[in-house]
Amino acid sequence: MSMTTTAVEASRWSRMWNSNMGYSFRRNPVAVVSLAIFAFITVMSLLAPLIAPFDPYDPAQIDIMNSEYPPVWVDGADAQFMFGTDDQGRDLWSTILYGTRLSLLIGLCAVALQAFLGISIGLIAGYVGGRLDSLLMRMADIQLSFSTLMVAIIFLAVTQAMFGSETFNQYAVYFLIAVIGVAEWPQYARTVRATVLAEKKKEYVDSARVLGFGPLRIMVRHILPNSLSPIFVISTVQVANAIISEASLSFLGLGMPPSQPSLGSLISSGFDYIFSGSWWITAIPGVVLVVLVLVINLLGDWMRDVLNPKLYKG
Amino acid sequence: MLAYLVKRVFQAIAVMLVISLVGFAIQDNLGDPLRELVGQSVSEEVRQELRDELGLNDSFLKQYTRFLGNALQGDLGTSYFFKEPALDVILKKLPATLELVLGATLIIVGLSVPLGVYTAIKPNTILSRLIMGISIVGISIPVFLTAILMIFVFSVEFGWLPSYGRGDVVTVFGHWDTNFATLDGWAHILLPSLALASIMLPLFVRLIRAEMMEVLQSEYVKYAKAKGIRPFRIYFVHALKNTLLPVITVGGVQIGTMVAYTILTETVFQWPGMGFMFLEAVNRVDTPLIVAYLIVVGFIFVLTNTVVDLIYGLVNPTVNLARMGA
Repeated sequence: MSMTTTAVEASRWSRMWNSNMGYSFRRNPVAVVSLAIFAFITVMSLLAPLIAPFDPYDPAQIDIMNSEYPPVWVDGADAQFMFGTDDQGRDLWSTILYGTRLSLLIGLCAVALQAFLGISIGLIAGYVGGRLDSLLMRMADIQLSFSTLMVAIIFLAVTQAMFGSETFNQYAVYFLIAVIGVAEWPQYARTVRATVLAEKKKEYVDSARVLGFGPLRIMVRHILPNSLSPIFVISTVQVANAIISEASLSFLGLGMPPSQPSLGSLISSGFDYIFSGSWWITAIPGVVLVVLVLVINLLGDWMRDVLNPKLYKG
Repeated sequence: MLAYLVKRVFQAIAVMLVISLVGFAIQDNLGDPLRELVGQSVSEEVRQELRDELGLNDSFLKQYTRFLGNALQGDLGTSYFFKEPALDVILKKLPATLELVLGATLIIVGLSVPLGVYTAIKPNTILSRLIMGISIVGISIPVFLTAILMIFVFSVEFGWLPSYGRGDVVTVFGHWDTNFATLDGWAHILLPSLALASIMLPLFVRLIRAEMMEVLQSEYVKYAKAKGIRPFRIYFVHALKNTLLPVITVGGVQIGTMVAYTILTETVFQWPGMGFMFLEAVNRVDTPLIVAYLIVVGFIFVLTNTVVDLIYGLVNPTVNLARMGA
């Protein structure tokens, strides 16, 4: 790395460190710990192929004779499987690493899609106004009145029945991202529209218009940066919700298949064995899932308090 | 008000039409009704004849109109698996699901109001912090995981409560099977309702707390305090009344959402309700039942939302109806 880039990065870093947000972050132990745990989980799941002792997608490394070994701190464990094995004889630790990767990937991509759709629609509705605005917002109301989970369950169930489970399993990641991404756009659209309506009246927008900038440039370069803080706040909550939705759908068998499990499908496959005493197949991925969602929610709570106390309304 | 009402009802009808169109598209593309009817061993000519007879070769518009006409008369097709009208199958399962939602609603209403009010009037006590801490953990646990955890603790480890099914039900009013008439029924519905309530309860506690804190800042509450009205009366009569308005709106919408979550709780507890039936129908590719479920659930959503909007417009004098009905 050259000297110049480090210098630029350092100044940006110190700017962030000394900002209001940086200060409140340092003063809030919950936020610091949450961010640390979130970063840890993210890095671990990104490095899964390097850290994981086994490859859960490689059938050659899976032996059904190894199934349902308990974690090492329980009697009857096998030392090579730290958290035990699942019902198919896969190493639970490796499977969890890969599963967390999938859950995070689906959650983040789905929210990226939501944000893209919602922000575009919100900007257009707020900036153009008039009939288009009321039409788009009426659509948002209707979309919002249907629970995302319900829409996703019905959409995925019909898709699965239509394509057959083999084709469905192959493209499950994309279906999940698409349905969670599309169903939640009004969350962004409403907030962005509200801020656009407030920003539109300000003088800097008038001056940009007088300078002859086009509407697209004004929307994206001038108004959007001023509506970023509510977008950040929504995004954290939405990522947490998307991860929960994905897990719920996979648990119902409408998401990731058992051969390529996310945290939800892993919990689901463990549920069948909970009565026979193999609690770890459900419990360990469950704990990872809850911790992941919890730290994101805690970060979201902190961010909401810092950026926009007025939004504090659930 | 009347104009608003008419507009709102028209919107509900439009949404139901879109849902029926989706339902029809599913019915049209998913599975083959002929195969369900006659099996594989029929010649191609007979098949074509049957297709004509059943109207499967008609234009899309004609078929859709017929589908809509039948649906309006309560005929949503016949389930392939149960060999009964699909609507009847669903209506038989409806009480189980609605009782689950009722149980959860009772728990939510009973707990969220006192907890929300307490955390609002005493925000800095240890108990309040504990409640808020638990509530954020509660939001972060998916409903199916809460359900599994409860089964593990109360059914597997302690063996106190049953882990699946509805237990003893008593039929009342001719068709309605209720869990609330026997002790066994109560024991069976307790865990599923708690699991279902667990996802909404934190939401409501936080909502009531936030609204209450805002109301407590208002002038009229200060005035009531200055006047010397007992705190209990201020909190629960004067302040709570104004807190409940947003709670009602959110609550009404959440009833629809809860129907979605019943699918998860019903799966874990093998509760014989609509959601459990729907997943079975999906596995059997029972198209008429899938479509009927879609329409019934869509109707529940549209109905609750419309009613909640109307109530809101009726109750809240500050809502500008002309603006809302635009």
